[in-house]
Amino acid sequence: MKILVPVKRVIDANIRVRVKADNSGVETANVKMAMNPFCEIAVEEALRIKEAGHADEVIVMSAGPDKAAETIRTGLAMGADRGVHIQTDDRLEPLTIAKMIKAVSEKEGCDLVVLGKQSIDDDNNQTGQMLAALMKRPLGSYISKIEKNDAGFAITREIDAGLEDLQISSPAVVTADLRLNEPRYASLPNIMKAKKKPIDAMSPGDLGVEVSNRLTVVKVDEPPAREAGVMVSGASELVDKLKNEAKVI
Amino acid sequence: MSVLVIAEHDNSQVAPGTLNTVTAASKLGGDIHILVAGSGCADVASQCAKIAGVSKVLSADAETYKNEITENTAALIQANVSEYSHVMAPASTFGKALIPYVAALCDVQAISDISDVVSEDTFVRPIYAGNALETVQSSDAVKMMTVRTTAFELADAESGSGEVSNIDEAGATDWVQFVAQNLSQSERPELTSARIVVSGGRGMQNGENFAMLENLADQLGGAVGASRAAVDAGFVPNDYQVGQTGKVVAPDMYLAVGISGAIQHLAGMKDSKVIVAINNDEEAPIFQVSDYGWNEDLFNAIPALQAELSQ
Ligand SMILES: Cc1cc2nc3c(=O)[nH]c(=O)nc-3n(C[C@H](O)[C@H](O)[C@H](O)COP(=O)(O)OP(=O)(O)OC[C@H]3O[C@@H](n4cnc5c(N)ncnc54)[C@H](O)[C@@H]3O)c2cc1C
Repeated sequence: MKILVPVKRVIDANIRVRVKADNSGVETANVKMAMNPFCEIAVEEALRIKEAGHADEVIVMSAGPDKAAETIRTGLAMGADRGVHIQTDDRLEPLTIAKMIKAVSEKEGCDLVVLGKQSIDDDNNQTGQMLAALMKRPLGSYISKIEKNDAGFAITREIDAGLEDLQISSPAVVTADLRLNEPRYASLPNIMKAKKKPIDAMSPGDLGVEVSNRLTVVKVDEPPAREAGVMVSGASELVDKLKNEAKVI
Repeated sequence: MSVLVIAEHDNSQVAPGTLNTVTAASKLGGDIHILVAGSGCADVASQCAKIAGVSKVLSADAETYKNEITENTAALIQANVSEYSHVMAPASTFGKALIPYVAALCDVQAISDISDVVSEDTFVRPIYAGNALETVQSSDAVKMMTVRTTAFELADAESGSGEVSNIDEAGATDWVQFVAQNLSQSERPELTSARIVVSGGRGMQNGENFAMLENLADQLGGAVGASRAAVDAGFVPNDYQVGQTGKVVAPDMYLAVGISGAIQHLAGMKDSKVIVAINNDEEAPIFQVSDYGWNEDLFNAIPALQAELSQ
């Protein structure tokens, strides 16, 4: 079995983002970037499935500018075998990305695609679902557990009301939730080794995918700020304020 | 223009998020229909027919739709979509899985988690954990989106008089087999629609200590939530998580206990009407967004608060 893991380069989760003065987007110049945390979880899970003897190869792919190759290298340093970089400077929407992933998955003959459930920049939470629909493969969204079995995969999903167990057939598409695993850190020797692992570069056109956006970003605004209120010194003062000032209890 | 709202339900009761979604749909100004896909879900269909502004309920009552399998509901929407200019579902785990799936089937770019309707093709949505608001305009023939339910009022659940019409089943798959659900049982109000939410973080130290917050929530008639750290540590189940990647809540009062106030947590609660924080670190970022802050050890504060409330 081959596993494909698409990964995204995003502003690091610990950075407080700033909206650009011209409202065209958020400031990305000189900002620390990292692999999207959910993508790290996806890479980790693919590696664990391989280490358990259920897969022969883990391929990490990313679509984006030259720097996206760094994010692919991060996946290779974690232990993935090789990379695919779809080079483009265009803004990419989830539907286009899903089409690219489908093309790569078909070209490589992958049996399982593991994605992060959401990227922490656009907060879209769409690509995995779209990929499953386009590929006509079963979807396991928001998984916190996956086990290979004869019928495919037994998965547990995190849903609003609790947990849900499904059995899905193989090949499949799954998206990782936070509690699927705790991703490993790349060791120094593995970071060195990753430098020699191959990354296949190609254009969207090479995959037969046209980048055509359906959404226009009209503007990006700061959200209304919330002011700090007052500090209270005890239970009676707090209850009094909640009853008589805020009137919420 | 006509909008198809996808009802979320458990085959007996329509979920409140559906009512907020109807309010979002009403901002577009067209006809509003609701799709109820389920099994033995006639009660849900009649509840939906009574929601103000809904002119028609499409009911697909079949075993196929019993467990809200994304693939099956998506195929049903695709089969019925030609009549509609917009498709909307609540941005719950149900809607967030479903809408992008059906959008891809229809070659549409979905719009996630809208918090405002600007016009029939332009919508506002939070990005970067709510640190920015993006306004997007869609050129797709059909607009498909999930709705941030806390950003819209509940539609009136009693004053409508829509008709219910049964529709045919469409395209079941056998790729996905339902096995089991392990749902949190609680007598408390549902987290995303509760008027008061009491949330605990890593500061709670363990799961047993959450009993204090449960008692407090019961005194206040509220729900109990948690930070990711508290869920990851196993203090409480996953469905308690509030935040960027958990649930979004906006109650009248949000009480954060032993929660530092990371941006990912704030993303899920900063639209609450009144925020109260109890934390023994006076530098905790949560105080910067709190209307009322109490710099105190929670193990002193919670019992004192309970005593004060029971007076
Ligand atoms: C991709 C990603 C997604 C995430 N999604 C979410 C999300 O959806 N929701 C979420 O909540 N987080 C999320 N996080 C995690 C987030 O960054 C924080 O790590 C988390 O919110 C911290 O939880 P906490 O405040 O409970 O813990 P901490 O940050 O450890 O804070 C504990 C607080 O408790 C206080 N405290 C300790 N003891 C006491 C005491 N005795 N009395 C009073 N106060 C006390 C401390 O002063 C401290 O402020 C996400 C992170 C990432 C990277």
